[in-house]
Amino acid sequence: MFEPRIICFLCTWCAGAGADLAGTSRLEYTPNGVNIRFMCSGRIDPEHVLWAFGKGADGVLIGGCHPGDCHYMDGNYKTMARVALLSRLLDDFGINRARLRLEWISAAEGAKFASVMNDFTEKLRSLGPMKPATREMAR
Amino acid sequence: MKRIGVFVCHCGINIASTVDVQKVAEEVGKMPGVVFATDYIYMCSDPGQALVREKIREENLDAVIVAACSPNLHESTFRTAAGEAGLNPWQLEIANIREQCSWVHSDREKATEKAIRIVKAMVEKTRLNESLDPISVPITRKALVIGGGIAGIQAALDIADAGYEVILVEKEPSIGGHMAQLSETFPTLDCSQCILTPKMVAVGKHGNIELMTYSTVEEISGYVGNFTVKIRRKAAYVDWSICTGCGQCTEVCPAKVPSSFDRNFSTHGAVYVPFPQAVPNKPVIDREHCIHFKTGKCGLCEKTCEIGAIRFDQEDQVFRREVGAVVVAAGYDTLPLSELKEYGAGRVPDVIDGLAFERLLSASGPTNGEIRRPSDGKVPKEVVFVQCAGSRDPERHKPYCSKICCMYTTKHALLYRHRVHDGQPYIFYIDIRTGGKGYEEFYHRAEEDEGIIYLRGKVAKIFRDGAETVVWGTDTLTGKNVEIRADLVVLATAVIPRKSTARLVRKLHIQAGPNGFLAEAHPKLRPVESINSGFYLAGAAQGPKDIPESVAQAGGAACKVISLFSRNRLEQDPAVAWVDEDLCGGCRICISVCPYDARKFDEEKGIAVVNEALCEGCGSCVAACACGATQQKNLTDVQIKNMITASLGGK
Repeated sequence: MFEPRIICFLCTWCAGAGADLAGTSRLEYTPNGVNIRFMCSGRIDPEHVLWAFGKGADGVLIGGCHPGDCHYMDGNYKTMARVALLSRLLDDFGINRARLRLEWISAAEGAKFASVMNDFTEKLRSLGPMKPATREMAR
Repeated sequence: MKRIGVFVCHCGINIASTVDVQKVAEEVGKMPGVVFATDYIYMCSDPGQALVREKIREENLDAVIVAACSPNLHESTFRTAAGEAGLNPWQLEIANIREQCSWVHSDREKATEKAIRIVKAMVEKTRLNESLDPISVPITRKALVIGGGIAGIQAALDIADAGYEVILVEKEPSIGGHMAQLSETFPTLDCSQCILTPKMVAVGKHGNIELMTYSTVEEISGYVGNFTVKIRRKAAYVDWSICTGCGQCTEVCPAKVPSSFDRNFSTHGAVYVPFPQAVPNKPVIDREHCIHFKTGKCGLCEKTCEIGAIRFDQEDQVFRREVGAVVVAAGYDTLPLSELKEYGAGRVPDVIDGLAFERLLSASGPTNGEIRRPSDGKVPKEVVFVQCAGSRDPERHKPYCSKICCMYTTKHALLYRHRVHDGQPYIFYIDIRTGGKGYEEFYHRAEEDEGIIYLRGKVAKIFRDGAETVVWGTDTLTGKNVEIRADLVVLATAVIPRKSTARLVRKLHIQAGPNGFLAEAHPKLRPVESINSGFYLAGAAQGPKDIPESVAQAGGAACKVISLFSRNRLEQDPAVAWVDEDLCGGCRICISVCPYDARKFDEEKGIAVVNEALCEGCGSCVAACACGATQQKNLTDVQIKNMITASLGGK
């Protein structure tokens, strides 16, 4: 079975705390992702996502606070706008936009984090590996 | 090249059972610059920390990675240890291989591989970490307490008694909260108002407390130690600064408004004081029901008031205050009867909730303490109390236990028996939960000595039949269905967060849990703090609680505030935004995205600069910067990219 590599960019206050809660609650999920901790999802630059695809990621998950709940007022709205634009750019690169996933996960939603990881892994398995030429585009 | 040390924690078997910690240390030890790598059974123990200090000195380490639990738990522990050994604390990073690895995976090989990637990514980040110094900021030694129920009152008094100023904001015209509505309190049967009103008066008179009732928090900005808050005081249409509280206006007002304090069992005028012991004891005019506001006529109150305190032209006022800490004691509500369709959805007149029954029991209530049912004023002889009305019901209502109902229902039934000697109380329950000092004894007294019939089972349906209210339930101990033709039914409705709590959570940027109650920083060890620095929690806004627990938590929250205020200055995380002056083109996009006004344009230099004291380190401006001139300290784009590469197994 194809095991996709996933990079997860998580804000520390909501999605990261949710991922911690999944651990504290011992909710098992697929080990395909490695989490990178940001203070806010608003720090995530589209370039980081492209870099991940270029370096071998099959999927990128961005996790932030639910709309209205951002620790820094409105960082997640900035993320929302950036991801929307970036998704269109991915189309142009020939990268399936389903490989980039944005999820709002609160500090209380450990179960949601676990199910998102399982679901995303499954989806990426069905998409299969990214073609080397496409990956080249992201570089 | 930096000399890096890596310490991999077993956490007993918490990490080591799923992650091959030796292999992690071995693999990471092969990375360039990693001059020392080991595993250890408990890194957070004293010997574990001593090992870090010892190796920093022995190996002359420039940076350290501790691969262990979430950085939320021990980042500060290890950074302090590093500092003690002479290493800059910001040269130490935590790689989270427990919550985000060993606890969520079972395949040892895959978990080990993932742990290696996590630690390698952190090595790459730390390689480029700068040594930083904390940003020191002054602190405003004044607290804001939101909510004037027993929790808010207690927190305000404790902070004020310690010598610090407090602003207590309450949205109702008076402080007191739900406790002021209660008759007696379990298990001692103390009169609720008798023990509460002295505290309310103390708040009103305290030289360190600025009491702002009929007010709400509109906006808050800033950070721990330095918040700016906007408070809106609703127009009372009464000039409180000259009003003597004589009450003449409330007597002449011809309007009739249902009293929410009395759960609509009585009425008051459009100009009213919510209850006789109100603090402040000053009336407000309910604009919606005031005849003057509706028709332009009447004005009886204005004519009656000799000192001219009635001011129909008064407007809402907005105040700005600087505070250093915030205690959130926003209180609770109970599930509206309308949500309980199976129990008549609030349309059966003799089905009431527990708070309404409190008002019937209260000596100062609408019936002066006589138990009379709402439909016809008759004294009820058969009263059914239904526990868990909406609680412990994940399919239809709330999944959680409301905690206070077992005890207050027992109290209700007992007090009912004391008032109506020939009356028969029944209590339907799922389980009786009496965790608390004297609670179990109180329950036994009710069950054995007071003739209360306890029926173990849920009530399926409640409906009206003529003058009677029919209750269909099951007694699971005899296995029989039960029908009781009751004169009055009292539902112990679920404790829920106030509707306004969700709005407050957004305004304060704090967190709430899945059921809408405020989230604490740690369920066991930091129960009175929000995860957001400077915010503390008290009372039932954090979860269902009885009075002693609310008072204890409020005292705890107050102590946290006092401890914060005992410092001279506060240290802030220095991982803030930074500008490369040579690269900045002065486009000012960073200024437009900064939520804290921390980015300013320097006209002289023609570039956008950072005010470090205001910068919260979110990194929004860094992502927005088109030319890479703005970077976040210790989380630069290069560091992030190197982390990504390492996470993916690349170099």
